Amino acid sequence: MTQGINDAIGAGDSGQILEVLDPGMPNTKVIEGRSPFALAFDRLRRDRGAMISLYVIIAIIVVAIAAPIFAAVTGHGVDTQYRGLDALSPAGAPHAPSSTFWFGTDDQGRDLLVRTAYGARASLEVGISATALTMIIGVTIGLFAGYYGGWIDILLARLIDVILSVPYLLLAIALVEVLGHISLWIVIAIIAAFGWAGVARIIRGQVISIREREFVEAARSLGSSDMRIIFVDILPNVIAPAIVFSTLLLPASVLTEAALSFLGVGIPPPTPDWGQMISDAQQYYQQAWWYLAAPGVALLLTTLAFNIFGDGVRDAFDPRTDRLFAK
Amino acid sequence: MTRFLIRRVFQGLIVMFLVTLIVYLLFYLGDPHDIARRLAGRQATPDQVQAEYVKLGLNRPLFSQYGHFLWRLLHGDLGANFVNGVKVTTVVKAAAPITLSLGLGASVIWLVLGVSTGIYSSIHPRSVADRTFTALALFFYSIPVFVLGLSLLYLFFYQLTVHGHAWFPASNYVGLTDDPFQWARHLILPWITLALISAAAYTRLSRTSMLEVLGEDYIRTARAKGLSERRVIFRHALRSALTPVVTQFGIDVGVVLGGAILTESVFGLPGLGYEAVHAINDQNLPLIIGIVIIAAGAVILANIVVDMMYAVLDPRVRL
Repeated sequence: MTQGINDAIGAGDSGQILEVLDPGMPNTKVIEGRSPFALAFDRLRRDRGAMISLYVIIAIIVVAIAAPIFAAVTGHGVDTQYRGLDALSPAGAPHAPSSTFWFGTDDQGRDLLVRTAYGARASLEVGISATALTMIIGVTIGLFAGYYGGWIDILLARLIDVILSVPYLLLAIALVEVLGHISLWIVIAIIAAFGWAGVARIIRGQVISIREREFVEAARSLGSSDMRIIFVDILPNVIAPAIVFSTLLLPASVLTEAALSFLGVGIPPPTPDWGQMISDAQQYYQQAWWYLAAPGVALLLTTLAFNIFGDGVRDAFDPRTDRLFAK
Repeated sequence: MTRFLIRRVFQGLIVMFLVTLIVYLLFYLGDPHDIARRLAGRQATPDQVQAEYVKLGLNRPLFSQYGHFLWRLLHGDLGANFVNGVKVTTVVKAAAPITLSLGLGASVIWLVLGVSTGIYSSIHPRSVADRTFTALALFFYSIPVFVLGLSLLYLFFYQLTVHGHAWFPASNYVGLTDDPFQWARHLILPWITLALISAAAYTRLSRTSMLEVLGEDYIRTARAKGLSERRVIFRHALRSALTPVVTQFGIDVGVVLGGAILTESVFGLPGLGYEAVHAINDQNLPLIIGIVIIAAGAVILANIVVDMMYAVLDPRVRL
């Protein structure tokens, strides 16, 4: 146990020696006031699983940014279809991983390593943007519904019910059909359009109890406007649950994006996309396992890392609740 | 109980009404002329397109169209396909048993799997088994449905078949009444796919919930009475520990329908999700609207049932 904690300290912290061996024991060292965020950050840094997954996430982001380097090093373009015998078999089947194509090739003789690296871009762009947009919409609506109450709240609460009772994947693919065309931003907007309701419901619940607190009344008696109370006084108090929720949302958005692409209603080709690649690989998985494995493992690694990290963040912000996974 | 039920059903109907309104408006905000043009065929004259437009009732005001749609819906009629004129209800009747078989079978597996591993973990916290279940839960929680499905197909269909054991088929569906054995054989891989993905959350949920309940006073009382540990866990603790599990299950009915789209697509099962994806490729709006409405109805109904389950499971709950 002690060994584990020291390892964790070593992993997250450069050389700082903590005398506390058991996190459950009170800290007998110098007592100084620290903000809840500093405390949460500290707990997170001591969480070995979360820190390892953070490095994995950073690595994936680096791969996404450095995708052109993969293309340069291998000398293979992302959309270039290679026709040589080292790329496609005489029958036109994908070629297994080799010294030329490290991850093998797909059915059109394209380099899977380069395509997988580029695919990280779509996943991360959509995952991060959709999560941010969902949070902005959800938190804003939750704040207004919770603060004003009355008919605004009733209306929004019903709307939230409706959105949560429709299977979103079904409606999402239907919406793409109605819109007639797809782009990166439409995919992001669709994920946010169905995601905000869950966020709004949680934030609304928090705001309803916060708005009755003394500091809100104090602000009101000082003559603060509603807008000021909502965004200056109440908002900082719901940041922690919002951050926790967004860690759940991010891997979910990455999965949704991949699912939409898999069903053929995601980012249109030729942009390399993991969901799209897996969908294409469906016809070839029997002869060419690497075609499925390259994007599949990349996608799994991404969601896994985000989930483990998110679990650590939840634990750091609220150590009382049981973690979803670790420990 | 009756009053609660009436209020709950009434609320459900309001949500259902809003769903139909929003879905209908959303879809008809697309260009209806475009639909008429497509149906009239490539060489149609503008007159023919206009005739098709009138035939579909698209020339009437939107509210009149919606009213007509709602009226038919109340009579169990979801309209006819744009593409071949087959009634939507006919398509749904053929597809629904498949999705139902998939969803019901998978939920039985994941509930048993999730709750039993959760209980085991809560009785032996921090044991090797507990940690293994945790790691597996995290893994299956993160893996995309279609990646798991295709991996299972590769291992259990392709590799086994190549080595002379054609135990599992790759696709298709056989009706339960036609041949129960073939029905199960064709569904086992889809069941496992959907179940493993969903079981993960239940393992954690039932573990947490069980640990909490096992710390309560009435459990100590039950033990003090000299009841066997088995009886304490299964008769006393499990009942109230299941409440959050049931809540999650109600929420997951909608998620299952989403997961069913992907599972059906991977395993070639012509269920509701599969039909919906194909309807989108055919730009077949009535079928999509019909499936969305049926799915929403299923979720709303499931949530009412879940609310009533609370009272059955936990004697302290009064509705």
